[in-house]
Amino acid sequence: MGRIQLKQVKKSFGEVTVIPPLDLEINDGEFVVFVGPSGCGKSTLLRLIAGLEDVSGGVIEIDGSDATSIPPAKRGLAMVFQSYALYPHMTVRKNIAFPLRMAKISTEEQEKRISNAAEVLNLTPYLDRRPGQLSGGQRQRVAIGRAIVREPAAFLFDEPLSNLDAALRVGMRLEISELHKRLKTTMIYVTHDQVEAMTMADKIVVLQAGVIEQVGSPLELYHTPRNLFVAGFIGSPKMNLIGGAEAEKHNAHTIGVRPEHIEVSDHEGPWRGTVGVSEHLGSDTFFHINGTGLADALTVRASGEVGLNRGDTIFLTPQADKIHRFDQQGLRIG
Amino acid sequence: MATQHSRSAARLMMAPAVILLLGWMLVPLTMTLFFSFKKYLPLRGDSLGNGLDWVGFENYVRFVSASSFWPSVMTTLLIVGGVLVITVVLGIFLAILLDQPMWGQGIVRILVIAPFFVMPTVSALVWKNLFMDPGNGFLAHVYRFFGATPVEWLSQASLQSIIMIVSWQWLPFATLILLTAIQSLDSEQLEAAEMDGAPIPSRFIYIVLPHLARAITIVILIQTIFLLSIFAEIFVTTGGAFGTRTLTYLIYQRVLESQNVGLGSAGGVYAIILANIVAIFLMRIVGKNLDA
Repeated sequence: MGRIQLKQVKKSFGEVTVIPPLDLEINDGEFVVFVGPSGCGKSTLLRLIAGLEDVSGGVIEIDGSDATSIPPAKRGLAMVFQSYALYPHMTVRKNIAFPLRMAKISTEEQEKRISNAAEVLNLTPYLDRRPGQLSGGQRQRVAIGRAIVREPAAFLFDEPLSNLDAALRVGMRLEISELHKRLKTTMIYVTHDQVEAMTMADKIVVLQAGVIEQVGSPLELYHTPRNLFVAGFIGSPKMNLIGGAEAEKHNAHTIGVRPEHIEVSDHEGPWRGTVGVSEHLGSDTFFHINGTGLADALTVRASGEVGLNRGDTIFLTPQADKIHRFDQQGLRIG
Repeated sequence: MATQHSRSAARLMMAPAVILLLGWMLVPLTMTLFFSFKKYLPLRGDSLGNGLDWVGFENYVRFVSASSFWPSVMTTLLIVGGVLVITVVLGIFLAILLDQPMWGQGIVRILVIAPFFVMPTVSALVWKNLFMDPGNGFLAHVYRFFGATPVEWLSQASLQSIIMIVSWQWLPFATLILLTAIQSLDSEQLEAAEMDGAPIPSRFIYIVLPHLARAITIVILIQTIFLLSIFAEIFVTTGGAFGTRTLTYLIYQRVLESQNVGLGSAGGVYAIILANIVAIFLMRIVGKNLDA
């Protein structure tokens, strides 16, 4: 079981309030991702749940019972740190065994759980090595192994993939997702990378300056962002935000169109501009378009190769039903 | 950089330093060895100009068979061992304390380091006259305040007193090195251990101590080198009396008080051998911490 509820949880460091009172519910077995720009308080929130920081107010409930003043070790949560935080002087086996040893679990049971975890994470050949002799991805798996053997109520991940290279990150992303499918344990995952959030989460919590901007499934956030911040943050490349007269045509203060919802043509369309930088990815081409008079620059996505070069005139057609409208306060209309 | 030419140029340029250092070490060492096989009593008219008599290993045999030899070796080892234990244990404790955030941290740290800047002779005199003096010393006053009879530190507990004085001098060094080591400990490791259910004592034993292993090794090795040859503290306090005669002090007495250069030189060679034995033991015990 791993149902976590935050009720009016607040955190301030001295005069500075990092997290104003906040409510959040995390259901058992959910994969929840906290996402937001750096300094938005997502790591602090995770540390509050872990118990590594004391709350300044409010209640944290784990499985319905108040855990606010329970020390971290007793909360039944396991954490994977950004720096892996492996114990460098212990072998992989001893690293994984450490929480079991601290919990005074019998040696046979320890052995069983360690070999189980090692098998799941493909660590069996490395059990007698030290962390210093492992690659980044392997260290990450050891850190996860150390969390698994405790059989926690929930896993907490603090930007676990940010020290890995791009290829490895994609691989580990899949592995963590698979692990979640297999263990069916609650996982809370902190990242600043919205791609990680979109690909892994059941539920995304978008944070800005300690405030929850929106909670929802990845596609909910993608299709119906609640406000301008979420609209700009979720999706890659970023949504094009257009204000002024063009927005007023749609009875909005600002309208947003995602790059993939704009059609590109070399001869017709309501919007006209010149091609700036184009990024060719093979499967897609991203054009940065200047001189439209709508916004400083628009980004559009075209499938495959399009025969347009820098300086060419380009015509754009936004898909009418994919236009997001926002009011003066930046909140979604309709 | 590592072309043939640059390498030979580098050798050429390092040569003066290397030759100077070698000379600095080799000349005294050879002279000690030379004198240790000679009868050299300056007060009896022996001098290099008149030529010295070759006496073979007689000096070596006399030095070892003197009743003061083995006690002096024991005293040396006791002082070195005692100071090492005290400075390392208290050093770890102080380092952890100084690592805690507190008001006036900078000033406290400077104060802690201060004893290291006091010359050994001065600190020994301060301890002897201001603290340990049985009549007017601070400690005597404290004892009397509680109605106890003051301890005559330097005669009744002479070895302990010397260990205390030397520890006081070397504690800052140990604290400083251990403090920097503690500061380099990744706080996420401690948090991970906390999450893993390790209470504070376990965190100290399993995380902090292993992290400090290398720094402790360095403290032990460096201090041993200097502690084997402490002299001023003994000279100004007990003058080698009351069982505080170390090997170094014994050699001093042989050469300068008995005016027997040959015998003292033989003692010097024994001191080198003792230092090497200690070094081998230490490297066996703690040296592996320096790898990796």
